Amino acid sequence: MHNNPPETGAFYPRDPDWHPQALTPGYKTSVLRAPQRAKISFDPTLGEIAGPAFGHGLLGPLDNDLILNFASPGESAIGERIIVHGRVQDERGRGVGGTLVEFWQANAGGRYRHKKDAYLAPLDPNFGGCGRTITDAAGYYSFRTIKPGPYPWPNGVNDWRPRHIHFSVFGTGFAQRLITQMYFEGDPLIDICPIVNTIRDQAAIGQLIAPMDMANTVPMDAMAYKFDITLRGRRSTMFENRREGN
Amino acid sequence: MQRLDRLKESPSQTAGPYVHIGCVPSFAGIEGVYPEDLGRAMITGDAKGERITLTGRVFDGTGTPLRDAMIEIWQADAAGLFNSPAETRGSADPAFAGWGRQPTDGETGIYAFETVKPGRVPFPDGRLQAPHITMWIVARGINLGLSTRVYFEDEAEANAADPILSRIEHKARVPTLMARRAGSVHTFDIHLQGENETIFFDV
Ligand SMILES: [Fe+3]
Repeated sequence: MHNNPPETGAFYPRDPDWHPQALTPGYKTSVLRAPQRAKISFDPTLGEIAGPAFGHGLLGPLDNDLILNFASPGESAIGERIIVHGRVQDERGRGVGGTLVEFWQANAGGRYRHKKDAYLAPLDPNFGGCGRTITDAAGYYSFRTIKPGPYPWPNGVNDWRPRHIHFSVFGTGFAQRLITQMYFEGDPLIDICPIVNTIRDQAAIGQLIAPMDMANTVPMDAMAYKFDITLRGRRSTMFENRREGN
Repeated sequence: MQRLDRLKESPSQTAGPYVHIGCVPSFAGIEGVYPEDLGRAMITGDAKGERITLTGRVFDGTGTPLRDAMIEIWQADAAGLFNSPAETRGSADPAFAGWGRQPTDGETGIYAFETVKPGRVPFPDGRLQAPHITMWIVARGINLGLSTRVYFEDEAEANAADPILSRIEHKARVPTLMARRAGSVHTFDIHLQGENETIFFDV
């Protein structure tokens, strides 16, 4: 890491056809929360190119273990034990090392530990639902959790979210900041979810579906799913335009 | 011909109504997993510069404040330096993180940051930008986090010369980027829709 100067190139533009649009009426809450005017574009300045960094000292030993990080001593969360692992990379395929990844999810019954979640599935006293980690120098991360349950939500009369884990990722520049969701291979609710379908491109949806990863399961213990996350790429920094003397 | 072979950015999905669980768990009532919510304190010591409070609400198309949003801000220190490995011009104030994260209140919808007024940062061509704070807003119903900038209405001269502000064609919209000052409190409301829709940036 020490050989590599920090990256200071500007980012490739976001692809608006790959991300969901702001206004997606199938997801009703977007209707009153979608800006209606065109965004104003500019080439990133230092405030977009730079971003906060978080050291490994931030992390507690159980931060990436949702099975244990809220559980009473000697107990553990209920549900299918899984490992989620993957790599945070940029659009050039380079690993994004040392970046903070946060995740949150419902419990095995589909219930969130949140005062606004009134779903009748019970809370698990040993499951909080949040975790975080920092990628290694090559961009890899992993955490252990239970497979979240699907849950109904008020949108249409009978909409259910597929099993999913929410992810928040920083990258190295603030313009890479991304929140997304991971889905599980084979879940029949993916195709009919109004939130999934805010994304119009099937290949883009596929990028959020984690395959089961038998090679990385821990025998007699935990299944594994692999989920890579791609952040915006940066231009080469060699020939950024500058006024002479700056 | 060779191929570019570029990957695609992972598509965004809404942060949802329970973003607090992952990002500000104690706000969601989850205690004991982390020592404290990340980004709660931006000032971690005897930070240099003018202490300010940045506060406001996020309004939907009916004028109702969002009570489930999460806001992050990112800014230079009082000397115009970022606390980031990508800052190559010098060392930022170690007592100032530059990054903060706050939920909007579950009842009132009010957010608030205790921070310092940022110094001026050069534009890529060397011109100085006016003091500003980058803001990022996520919530249920927002499919891709929204980026805007908070400028200061009492920086008229710097604002007039700011490279970003001066490229905005519809001058009548520029006031949507200005925090209103009362003493040390700077109020910045965000309007997602309507006549006063805040300018959002694609950066
Ligand atoms: Fe969810």
